[in-house]
Amino acid sequence: MPSLRRINAIMFKELRQLARDRITFAMIVMIPLIQLVLFGYAINTDVRQVPSAVVDLAGTAQSRQLIYDLEASQVVQFSHRFDSVVQAEQAMTSGVVAAVLVLPADFQRRLALRQQGVLLQPVAQWITDGSDPLLSGAVSVLSQLPLTLQGIDSSNNPAAVMQVVRYFNPEQRTAVNIVPGLIAVILTMTMVLFTSAAVVREREQGNMEFLITTPMQPLELMLGKIVPYIAVGCIQTGIILGLGHLLFAVPLPLHWLSLLVVTLLFILASLTLGLIISTRATTQLQAMQVTVFILLPSILLSGFMFPYAAMPLAAQWLAEVLPATHFVRMIRAVVLRDAQWWTLSYDVVYLAGFTLVGLVIATLRFKKRLD
Amino acid sequence: MTEIVIETRGLTKYFGDYCAVNNLDLSIRRGAIYGFLGPNGCGKSTTMRLLTGLLTPCAGEVRVLGNELPQQAEALRRKIGYMTQKFSLYDNLSVMENLQFVAQIYGLTKRQSPQRIAQLLALYHLEDKQKVRAGALSGGQKQRLALAAATLHEPPLLLLDEPTSAVDPENRREFWERLFDLSDAGTTILVSTHYMDEAERCHGLAILELGQKRADASPQQLMRQLKASVFLLQGDNLRQLGKQLAPMSEVISTAQIGNTLRVLLAPALAEPQQWLQRQLPGTSLQRVEPNLEDVFVATTGVGYAKSAQN
Repeated sequence: MPSLRRINAIMFKELRQLARDRITFAMIVMIPLIQLVLFGYAINTDVRQVPSAVVDLAGTAQSRQLIYDLEASQVVQFSHRFDSVVQAEQAMTSGVVAAVLVLPADFQRRLALRQQGVLLQPVAQWITDGSDPLLSGAVSVLSQLPLTLQGIDSSNNPAAVMQVVRYFNPEQRTAVNIVPGLIAVILTMTMVLFTSAAVVREREQGNMEFLITTPMQPLELMLGKIVPYIAVGCIQTGIILGLGHLLFAVPLPLHWLSLLVVTLLFILASLTLGLIISTRATTQLQAMQVTVFILLPSILLSGFMFPYAAMPLAAQWLAEVLPATHFVRMIRAVVLRDAQWWTLSYDVVYLAGFTLVGLVIATLRFKKRLD
Repeated sequence: MTEIVIETRGLTKYFGDYCAVNNLDLSIRRGAIYGFLGPNGCGKSTTMRLLTGLLTPCAGEVRVLGNELPQQAEALRRKIGYMTQKFSLYDNLSVMENLQFVAQIYGLTKRQSPQRIAQLLALYHLEDKQKVRAGALSGGQKQRLALAAATLHEPPLLLLDEPTSAVDPENRREFWERLFDLSDAGTTILVSTHYMDEAERCHGLAILELGQKRADASPQQLMRQLKASVFLLQGDNLRQLGKQLAPMSEVISTAQIGNTLRVLLAPALAEPQQWLQRQLPGTSLQRVEPNLEDVFVATTGVGYAKSAQN
């Protein structure tokens, strides 16, 4: 039977040590703060002002009008003009521009014939740097704009066959999607690293040899180690959501209890993962390396940066193993879609199960022996 | 006072192919201060860890305070105090916080804990340091704090792994006074050391080398039983004399001590003084009683090989 007194002893010792470790203490606040500002401002999937070149072989009023209209869309910015396609291609190869608009010498004639329905071929050409699909895709949208002899006529846009209504983020602001997901990334990094390092540090500094000769039980040590970091995780979540609301107008959740439930589940799962690592790693450096090994797929496969649905099936299976994938799904549901925690039963059960199984594994793997 | 608290038979521990403890038999009575003396790597710490249940023996039997190891290691943990070679309390906690933590771990009640801690702070002269962080203490203070922590729950058995390796002679003396107090109160103490003066203070002593026990008795008995004869030589060119004698198979060891050369001769020599006089005519020599260092030299390393040869 675990002793509450011993769990308390380890917990308060951990809190005291944490409060006296100024760098770690500062990191608890600074990591979410700095990353939120960096990611919130820097990550933007709404592509704007793509550096572009134009090769206007027509040189007519219509071609110039088209160039002005395209620039007014703010998707591209024509920073360079070339007399030949070859020159434009060289500029693209050297990375000066990412897209080139080529207007042929007979642009006006082609445009007129197309308007009469005689010509079905395109009247101009976009050459884009396809090595960046996101950027290239944004420029491709420009090829669909309705073009007339008077330029781009947005009022002449034919009625859409299907209407799109955007729930939860009608303005399609990237920050709204990024900020809740950022909690998953930051908690994965800090929770896993803090717990794994906290146990390994005891071993490295020689405290463990004393501890394991006392009546302290592995489960008591594990629980005493993770409880203080639950509070740390909650503080970090509060910083990210609060600042995300202030700086990026990310909505606050309607159901705070659901936020608490899903966040606690993820914090516990991440802390348990840290404990498992600590039973294997012998130095703090090793603990850090394993944390990075887990952090990278948590960023790339969890759906935080790239849509989960777009990933191949094998990658989706791998992503399902990571606690971050389940949390990204749940936190976005709770914060952005006002979902209640019990409607997310699959992810809730997975994280609860992950924590329980992880705690059992960590406790069994932790040996009160040196061999 | 004859109750045996530690008993091992054929205790053996391998790390891979390396034999750290080889067929060790021990029998330690209650209340004794029993020392392990030996060079680094001789198996002192491994033996300590085997006796605390921290390591599992590869062969042999271990019984500590009536507990069979490794099966009953958990039950034993409540009855022992262990002081590791390296300071193992928390540098960034104060003296008081460290002791409070240990008291909670050992399950002292909220009433018992302040009384016992105050008692220990007074006993180990740490009252004025209770708010100082352990990392800021001197070597001697750290060692006293570690001993206070190891004895907080008043264990009947104390295992101290090279407890005075980073401590000045005055603190060492004071430390040993406290050990004798504990021993008087009935605590059995197992202490490993490589200092001769410390080893000489023990009630019983095992000299270890390469994981094997080379000798086991009280220091006085060991000195009395040493069959090798010891001589002190005086004269000029002591270094030269030492170099001349050392390779001889009859000479176990030579060591210059100030203006004298201490020579250990093999027990097989029938008339050692005459033999030595023949080797070094005209040199002033005096036969003296063996000390513990002589015993150590004769039972370990080259000395052991030469003693066995003769």
